[in-house]
Amino acid sequence: MAKITYREALNQAMCNEMERDDRVFLMGEEVADYNGAYKVSQGMLDKFGPKRVIDTPITELGFAGLGVGAAMAGLRPIIEFMTWNFAILAADQIVNAAAKMRYMTGGQYHCPMVFRGAGGAAARVSSQHSQSFENWYANIPGLKVVMPSNPADAKGLLTASIRDNDTVIFIENEINYGDISEVPEGDYIIPLGKADIKRVGTDITIVAHSRMTGYALAAAKELAKQGIEAEVVDPRTIRPLDEATILASVAKTNRALVVEEGWRFAGIGAEISARIMEKGFDDLDAPVTRVTGKDVPMPYAANLEKHALPSVAEIVEAARVTCNRA
Amino acid sequence: MTETESQEQAAGLTQEGRFYSADRLHAMHDMMLFIRRFEEKAGQMYGLKKIGGFCHLCNGQEAVCVGIEEASDSNDYMTTSYRDHGHVLARGTAATSVMAELLGRAGGVVGGKGGSMHMFNVEKNFAGGNGIVGEQVPIGIGFGFASQYRDDKRVSITIMGDGGVNQGAVYESFNMAALWKLPVVFVIENNQYAMGTSLSRASAETHLYKRGISFKVPGIQVDGMDVLEVERKMSEAIEHARSGKGPMIVEMMTYRYRGHSMSDPATYRTRDEVNEWRSGRDPIVRLQKQMIEAGLASEAEFKQKDKDIKKDVAAAAKAAEAQPEPDLSALWDDVLTDEIPNAYPYPRQVG
Ligand SMILES: Cc1ncc(C[n+]2csc(CCOP(=O)(O)OP(=O)(O)O)c2C)c(N)n1
Ligand SMILES: [Mg+2]
Repeated sequence: MAKITYREALNQAMCNEMERDDRVFLMGEEVADYNGAYKVSQGMLDKFGPKRVIDTPITELGFAGLGVGAAMAGLRPIIEFMTWNFAILAADQIVNAAAKMRYMTGGQYHCPMVFRGAGGAAARVSSQHSQSFENWYANIPGLKVVMPSNPADAKGLLTASIRDNDTVIFIENEINYGDISEVPEGDYIIPLGKADIKRVGTDITIVAHSRMTGYALAAAKELAKQGIEAEVVDPRTIRPLDEATILASVAKTNRALVVEEGWRFAGIGAEISARIMEKGFDDLDAPVTRVTGKDVPMPYAANLEKHALPSVAEIVEAARVTCNRA
Repeated sequence: MTETESQEQAAGLTQEGRFYSADRLHAMHDMMLFIRRFEEKAGQMYGLKKIGGFCHLCNGQEAVCVGIEEASDSNDYMTTSYRDHGHVLARGTAATSVMAELLGRAGGVVGGKGGSMHMFNVEKNFAGGNGIVGEQVPIGIGFGFASQYRDDKRVSITIMGDGGVNQGAVYESFNMAALWKLPVVFVIENNQYAMGTSLSRASAETHLYKRGISFKVPGIQVDGMDVLEVERKMSEAIEHARSGKGPMIVEMMTYRYRGHSMSDPATYRTRDEVNEWRSGRDPIVRLQKQMIEAGLASEAEFKQKDKDIKKDVAAAAKAAEAQPEPDLSALWDDVLTDEIPNAYPYPRQVG
């Protein structure tokens, strides 16, 4: 297996699928000539030409809707948002059109397409450019929400997302783009809706997605030194959520902590902890705890930004509290 | 009035029938040069990792910043994008507080919370500093609406880029502004590129001043590298808007000397193209030449002036750097006006 970056893994998935299926095309701001604002589409214009790798004007609502129409007409669009902050402009097309199309047309039309781009907090870019929106989209019936935490998952999940027959919200992480690890070559697919146990443990289940998976693993290492063996579960697909894997882990560890970078109120942690309470209550030896981003817009100043984000130390502390070891 | 006094008063130059006094020309020149040196300093500080995140410089576009400010009233509203250092300085914001913002310090113009992209200064009627492309345009007509509502004759100067002009909300705004005759001047800073995308790769109609035609918004094109032309044309547009005739579009032909942001090597432009603008059309050199030709200044004076300005900028940067970071409690301030008790699960707590 070759070691490649998260961005190269995404690139491989797109290239493979475009070679395999000529209905697939990539459209977005700076994806072609500039090779992507974050270089995810490096070399794709050269490989596939301007018919299939298309630079747009800065018109998110317009090209998202174009993607919806093209999908309804039988193509398989990959619509890139430079970041998910800008996808807010396209929310109508995603939420009112793509998500509803199959239901509202009694199954006559559907939107097999991927909306993808960088999400989560980036470094020092203040309130409008550092936000997590997975809970917005996960709230909506008709959408699937996928968030890879490492290069191999990025490739396998993007491949599955492009082949999926529904609309997939694929949220990458800007800070993870340069991460390097082993990724299977050739065709590699990870089915949507399958969580992955990133670390086996017996004392507490830490559920964490996207960039927070790495934080949870770092916290688990520290906890191990303190005699607490944490199991780290990465849902990978936020919706549909693989609750079976999470519940099985909690049945084993009897304690759960959910970590997310986004805001606490009505966040992903709220959903996961409710499910554990509803279906795993008898397995719990302690209330489910959460570590989240602070309930404030992201500030620019370095010291404030650091405090607004979850930290490994906070995860360690919350796990100790949950394990009655604080 | 003595002989010399009246001569001094008459010192200046006339262009297209408009007289500019020597003092005013010096002020315009000094502000443009100050912005240039400030941006260079910001670039340096970014290189030293003292400034983080996205940092968009406006070197090359100084005549637009200063010409607009010269034409407008301090009461007029202004809103723009993230490429905001030049505008917020031209509006009269202390350089130290702009630099402190870039450095994420407590004394920053928004207390260190916004950084490069989010300069706001309510005292100077400067409403930012907006990071989402095109978002300031409907906001700008909102200021125009408020002015009309209160009938206080203030004009809203709403600035966007050649990329931003393609956002749908811009056209919704053109239509509403024209329909209700709102006192708005839409300024399009056409610096030829939106990130790595040249104008003609993103726009079917590249004459951006024509973009208002179907909404009955008149438009003009201006040499944005000529501060005097910017001042004149903006004065006309502002007068048009102030007098109740409705909005106008002013397309400023300009150029950014640097990449889109500090992380952009700008390899999509040829060296020749950049040189043509930098050495052939530079707004500061141009005004200096005009002033020297009119006998209003000497090369030596400008050299000295540059030294002084560089010193001032360095002093501002030093003062900004000496400031502390914001207090950690500021993290929780200003989320809402009135804090709602128990609205959040763990207010003001970590975890
Ligand atoms: C809605 C939205 N889409 C994309 C971006 C990313 N972005 C930031 S600046 C920019 C280019 C804007 O170019 P232009 O309007 O010409 O302004 P300039 O940077 O040249 O001043 C892009 C695409 C954004 N901030 N907001
Ligand atoms: Mg531009």
